Amino acid sequence: MRFVDEFRNADQAHALSAKIAGLCEPGRHYKFMEVCGGHTHTIYKHGLEDYLPESVELVHGPGCPVCVIPMGRVDDAMHLAANPGVIMTSFGDMMRVPGSNGSFFDAKAQGTDIRMVYSPLDSLKIARQNPDKRVVFMAIGFETTAPSTAMTVLRAAAEGLENFSIFCNHVTIVPAIKAILDSPDLRLDGFIGPGHVSTVIGCRPYEFIARDYGKPVVVAGFEPLDILQSIYMLMLQLSEGRSEVENQYTRVVPWDGNLVALKAIGETMELRPYFEWRGLGFISHSALRVRAEYARFDAELLFDVPGVRVADPKACQCGEVLKGVLKPWECKVFGTACTPETPIGTCMVSPEGACAAYYNFGRLSRKRVKEVSNS
Amino acid sequence: MTAGRADTGTDAGGSVQEDHSAAWVADALREHDELTALAAELPNPRDERGPGAPQPLPGTVREEQVLERIDRARRSRPRVKEERITMSHGAGGKATRTLVEAIFLDAFRNPLLEPLEDAARLDVNGSRVALTTDSYVVSPLFFPGGNIGDLAVNGTVNDLAVSGAVPLYLSAGFILEEGFGVDDLRRIVASMHDAAAAAGVQVVTGDTKVVEKGKADGCYINTAGIGVIERETALGVAQARPGDVVMVSGPIGDHGITIMLARGELDIEADVISDTAPLNGLVAGLLAAAPGIRAMRDATRGGVATILNEVATDAGVCVVVTEDDIPVRPEVRGASELLGIDPMYVACEGRLVVVVDSADAASALAAMRAHPLGAGAAIIGHVAEDPPGIVLLKTSFGGTRIVDLLVGDPLPRIC
Repeated sequence: MRFVDEFRNADQAHALSAKIAGLCEPGRHYKFMEVCGGHTHTIYKHGLEDYLPESVELVHGPGCPVCVIPMGRVDDAMHLAANPGVIMTSFGDMMRVPGSNGSFFDAKAQGTDIRMVYSPLDSLKIARQNPDKRVVFMAIGFETTAPSTAMTVLRAAAEGLENFSIFCNHVTIVPAIKAILDSPDLRLDGFIGPGHVSTVIGCRPYEFIARDYGKPVVVAGFEPLDILQSIYMLMLQLSEGRSEVENQYTRVVPWDGNLVALKAIGETMELRPYFEWRGLGFISHSALRVRAEYARFDAELLFDVPGVRVADPKACQCGEVLKGVLKPWECKVFGTACTPETPIGTCMVSPEGACAAYYNFGRLSRKRVKEVSNS
Repeated sequence: MTAGRADTGTDAGGSVQEDHSAAWVADALREHDELTALAAELPNPRDERGPGAPQPLPGTVREEQVLERIDRARRSRPRVKEERITMSHGAGGKATRTLVEAIFLDAFRNPLLEPLEDAARLDVNGSRVALTTDSYVVSPLFFPGGNIGDLAVNGTVNDLAVSGAVPLYLSAGFILEEGFGVDDLRRIVASMHDAAAAAGVQVVTGDTKVVEKGKADGCYINTAGIGVIERETALGVAQARPGDVVMVSGPIGDHGITIMLARGELDIEADVISDTAPLNGLVAGLLAAAPGIRAMRDATRGGVATILNEVATDAGVCVVVTEDDIPVRPEVRGASELLGIDPMYVACEGRLVVVVDSADAASALAAMRAHPLGAGAAIIGHVAEDPPGIVLLKTSFGGTRIVDLLVGDPLPRIC
């Protein structure tokens, strides 16, 4: 398939792999964080770690939209959905995220009207078709999905729709990266920067990472060769003693981002003073809410939202996994009590979650895989 | 409780991040210190990570040990943890398997049911007979390449054929929704007739029920079928042995992608039609040409990946397949790529997965390719000994990964 196979070429992967190995200093261990869950998924789905020398380790970051939703917000959403006459709409990923009383799927099975949509515009369509119902869109995601939510709010306003609102859970990536950089738990050598988020916000927001923390950043695409090349670019920066923000994903990411998308976000949403992240706790100015001018589309103002903070299950170590402190398999309940079919933590839910990716694709030691592949 | 935003409540406190992240950092530090102190007393399996690497947590073990623990958990007796049926229980993946084993098999347990093959093989007055049943709830009812009617006939014919039986007679039960168009019903039944004629079977008994509007979705069909087993073979996924060859009878995923696109919810168009077809002719040729056939399955819900997992689990072997060798039409691959799904999990309604003794692999492949429905047949992998219960995929990119059972993917109703 054109424009896909080119980025999955095994010969080029071998060449890059050799170049990466050539840059490894003997005795040094390299640890890079891929911030985005999409990268985590690609790494496991294509078996990319087979191409890395043992001294290069990839650590999975917090950039999975579903994974960072705290339990309390899921409970709030369920509470909201239970209001009479409400149709809750949500992306498929969100459907299986456990709250303290089950997931959207469980609520749906008990008769709550929760529908899966592929785009917030589908929610708008449902609102038009059901004028006697109140349709709420469970808005989640980083800057990647915020523009489509923003455009939906703008369109709802233009159409004068009165039965549509959003339950806004959009978060921003930079404060989360900063929280990880300030965490004493983890020492990283560099970041594989999020490709889709950067399509919207550009590369400038990461400059502080290179400047103030001395860590190289390479914004990367989502095909396996993109990621391998980004690792090579990070290794090259380290070997040359540089720490810069570089853009590997130039075919999609403009250095200054997408100004139209940013404008739409800015017009409809503003930063919250603080927001709770699963496992990371409260982080200031790390999430978006609906602006006062569009308050009539803000489900948090239209409905009773308990807003109670729910502690994560004790056994769950998603926070440590999201911060990259623990590998998925190091969690106490990984694969035994917590599996993709009965997840305890969010990282096991989304295909972008590190635990789900590891469980579904990589649940096998590299050593054994190599033995089998060579047989 | 009053309306208000979570970030204006009191639970988060006043001056935000510094306080809270400080508390979190302090907690993390304290915990880390406690654990590090404990860890100092334990041998460190991760010393090779070099200076500056995190100390191991007490109680954490090495990756291999964790993987063994997971294997044990996966082998343990299946339990349905949910209180209610969710759509996952019908998706053909892990939840379906758990439901079948924990509820149905548990209640009906008997040696004929236990293999959970596509059809039961029975002795009736000295004759060997295969019996199967299947219900069809596909939406939409009409789709490119077929409709619920021919699907209902072909599906049951195929379940009999892959059990090594010659399909003979079918039953047809209809659950119709009040208000359903009689013309639509006529079209469906006409397709059933044509499909039955093509497969050489007859519909010999039936049932009709009508439910109130809103209690069903137009038309549901159940078919059951019997066939005779003329030549006894020990067919079954548990028969797979290391060294065997794994093949498919043609490009995979056509039916599932057709249905997803036919629902019109995705705004994607592709030139692809359902692969629904009766496989009894293909199977007959295959069995005649290759006595070393160990197992055949038609890859319906859950796709080829699910069948391969059943082979790996039930035979206690490792199935190794090569992504580049798995035939997938470009249209199907493109649509899957856009939808973020793996064609390996997408349903087919006229494709065989075959496990065959390597000595008979060439003749089996030739026999399939000689039949119009097997023209695109291909060898996709082999059976290995270790690690048991695992399906491994050699990716086009050159890596290796696991292919697990599908986990409750919210895919639409496809059969």
